[in-house]
Order: sequence, then structure tokens, then C-alpha cells
Amino acid sequence: MLLIPCPICGIRPEAEFTYAGEAHIARPAEPASLDDHAWGEFLYARTNPKGDHAERWRHTHGCGRFFNAVRNTHTDRFITSYLAGTARPHGTPSAASPDAPAMRNDTEQWGQA
Amino acid sequence: MPDTLTPDRLQPRDALPILFELPYDARPLVVPGRLLLHPAPDLARLVLRGDASALGVAFSLELPTQPCRAVEANGRSALWLGPDEWLLLASPGTLVPTVSVPGAAVVDAGHRQVGLILEGPSAPDVLAAGCPLDLHPTAFPVGMCTRTVFGKAEIVLWRQDNARFHVEVWRSFAAYVHGLLERAAPL
Repeated sequence: MLLIPCPICGIRPEAEFTYAGEAHIARPAEPASLDDHAWGEFLYARTNPKGDHAERWRHTHGCGRFFNAVRNTHTDRFITSYLAGTARPHGTPSAASPDAPAMRNDTEQWGQA
Repeated sequence: MPDTLTPDRLQPRDALPILFELPYDARPLVVPGRLLLHPAPDLARLVLRGDASALGVAFSLELPTQPCRAVEANGRSALWLGPDEWLLLASPGTLVPTVSVPGAAVVDAGHRQVGLILEGPSAPDVLAAGCPLDLHPTAFPVGMCTRTVFGKAEIVLWRQDNARFHVEVWRSFAAYVHGLLERAAPL
């Protein structure tokens, strides 16, 4: 089973999580001022990379919180995870890089699982 | 035609009998020397949301702020469920806040879920039949608690001792969880 690092609870099994789409998509401050194309871009256009992808997850059957994670869509490995509302950490590659390193499986980094 | 609508016929016990009965065959399951599976005693349950220190004062109990940890004091147990969320367990009728806590939510979940106790050296293995967590004592030590899944049901799992687990499960899932634990029990 895929193991997912919750920034609050530590490394936990995939069955406890719900995927919630791409992260860091800000809702326009004034939607009424947008034309249809721009609104459509906000609603539907996603980066859909083959490689590292910042995405939202919810630890539904755990702490219940949303958080962000960077996952490689090619290898399905998680690079890092961080609290919702915080910026994507520096140093996480944003371009596609299929050979991303494996998630570090140490409890020091993620806390006691 | 019998009169079923006079007020004295609508006492809670008659109107909602399901709330006062365990939703499954609750006979203890005993595998000598290896496993004892039995229902937890009747408990009062509150779900708290809000500020840890203020809620702790109201319930005379220091709520755990470390993720996935439970504390016990004064006959009450507080289980960490989320960064601002706790499950409080105690004997029925004893969970009354001493002061009001503005901005907090206190929800009585006493009849929403039931408790199951698993004891014995086989308890972690039996739980592992449906729970994907690592239940080795180094990964899931005594005092750790968490929401997780058991088969297709959500449970709250709390390790009270190396060989003793408390499982909280929503009552409509209790028969399912109990049945799956029975099937996983060693012969």
C-alpha cells in the first residue's frame, strides 16, 4: 500500500487519505471581473505534469486535516508534505523529473508514525 | 386498536430502543491465552473542538497536544483526534464542563459509537487483519491513539497496554467490525 506522509501524523497508509486536486490554485479575488476564458482557466486548467506535482490531500481517516504534498506522478513517490496554507518548500523541483528520489522513510523527519 | 400515541408510550426507551442496545451479539470472544474480545463498559463520550487549554480547564483534564496521544486522569481519558479535536471518555454522567468555553464545540457522541476491547498477545495480529497501520510497539506505542480504518469502517484505535487495545466504532459499523475481528481471531 502506498504510504503518505501526513505533516501532522507522520507516515500513514493510503487508505486513510483522500486526494483533493492540485495545490496552490488561488481563487480570483474578484470573480465578477474575469471574462469567461479566465474563469474557465481557474476552474479547469491544471498543470497535469509528468513529474513532481504539488497537490492537496486530506487525512480523512486520521487527523482530518487538509495538507499539501509534492508527489512525482511518474514514480508515485512522495517528495515532501507540508501544512495547508504554507508555501511550497524551496528546493522541491517544479519541473518534471521522473527520477525523483525516494521518500525518506525515517521517523525523525515525519515524527512518530 | 392499541393506542400507541399517548405520551407515556413515547418514553425514549420505547421510541428508540436501538439506542439502548448493543447493535451486535456482544458475547465475549475468548481464545484462552491469546485473545479476549469484549464490549467496553458503557461510556460517556464527548467530541471537543477548540482551544486545548481552555477546554482542559473546563473538563479538569490536560488535553494532549502531541499528535496521536491519549492521556488519562481523574477517571477521564482524552484521545487526540486532530490538532484541535479530542475524544473524551468517562463513566456515564460524569462529563459536565465546569465553565463555558467560548468558541469551542462540545458534542455528545455517547450513543453514536460503541467501544470494543481486545486483550491478549494476539490482539495486534487480529487488528492487523483489517487495519493497515504498523502496530509494532515501536511504531504504535502504549498511549498512542488515532483515527484509522478497519476493513471498510472508520475506527478510533487506542493502545492502552502492549496487549490491550480499545476500539471505538460507530454503532452502525459495530457488527461489521466485531464480525471481522471474530473471523480474524486465532482458532
